Amino acid sequence: MPSRSQSIAELAYGFIYKMVEDICGKEGLRYFPYIMTLFMFIVCANFLGLIPTSFTPTSHFAVTVVLALAVFITVTVLGFVKNGAGFLSLFWVSSAPLALRPVLAIIEIISYFVRPVSHSIRLAGNVMAGHAVIKVFAGFAAIAAVSPVAVLGITAMYGLEVLVSFIQAYVFTILTCVYLKDALHPHH
Amino acid sequence: MEGELAHIGAGLAAIGSGAAAIGVGHVAGNFLAGALRNPSAAAGQTATLFIGIAFAEALGIFSFLVALLLMFAV
Repeated sequence: MPSRSQSIAELAYGFIYKMVEDICGKEGLRYFPYIMTLFMFIVCANFLGLIPTSFTPTSHFAVTVVLALAVFITVTVLGFVKNGAGFLSLFWVSSAPLALRPVLAIIEIISYFVRPVSHSIRLAGNVMAGHAVIKVFAGFAAIAAVSPVAVLGITAMYGLEVLVSFIQAYVFTILTCVYLKDALHPHH
Repeated sequence: MEGELAHIGAGLAAIGSGAAAIGVGHVAGNFLAGALRNPSAAAGQTATLFIGIAFAEALGIFSFLVALLLMFAV
C-alpha cells in the first residue's frame, strides 16, 4: 500500500501525463519531464506564497518572464528542428481563402510573438492581483467599524487564492502543451 | 496635474478588469449550458474550458497591469 506522499506524487504524475498525452499526442510524451518540472515548480511556488509572511517567486515578472521565454524559445527551436521551413505553415492558414491568407498571416505572426508576453503576465498578474486584494482588505482591518468585514474578506480571498494558485499553474502548463502541439504539428 | 490624470487613467483601466469578468462568465456559463445538455461529453472539454477562461482573463490582467503601471510607474 502506497504511503501518503507516494499517492500525491502518483496523482500529480498521472494528472500531467494525461494532459500531455491528450493535447500533444504520443510524441509529445518525450517532453513530459520538462512540462512536469514546470508544473511542479509553479504549483509549489504559488502555494509557498500562501503561507503568511512568506515570499511568492511567481508574483514577480522576472521569474515568470524567464519561464515563459524558456517555453517560447524551446517551442520555436523545436518547431524548426522537427519541421524545417514547414513550421512556417503555422502562419499560413491553408483552410482560409487565398486572398485572406496574407492578412491572416500577419495576425498569426503577431499573436505568435505576443504568446510569451501573455503567458508570463497572466501568471504573475493573477498571483500579484490576489495578494494585492488581500493587502487592500488588510488595510480596511485597521478601521474598527469595518474590521469584522475585512477579516471575513481576507478569509474569502484566501480561499479563492488557494484555487487560483492551482488553476494558474494548470493554465500555464496546459498552454505550454498547446504551444508544444503547434510546434509538433504546425499544419492547421 | 499629471499625477491626477494618471490616477483617473488607472481608474479607467480598471474597467477592463470588470469587462474580463463578463468574458470569463460567458465562457463558464456557456460551458455549463453545453455540459448540462450533454454531460457525457463535458469531461473531455474541461481543458478547452480552462484555455478559454485563461485567454479571456489575460486581457483583464493586462488592464489591471496598466492600472498598476499608471499608479506606481508613471
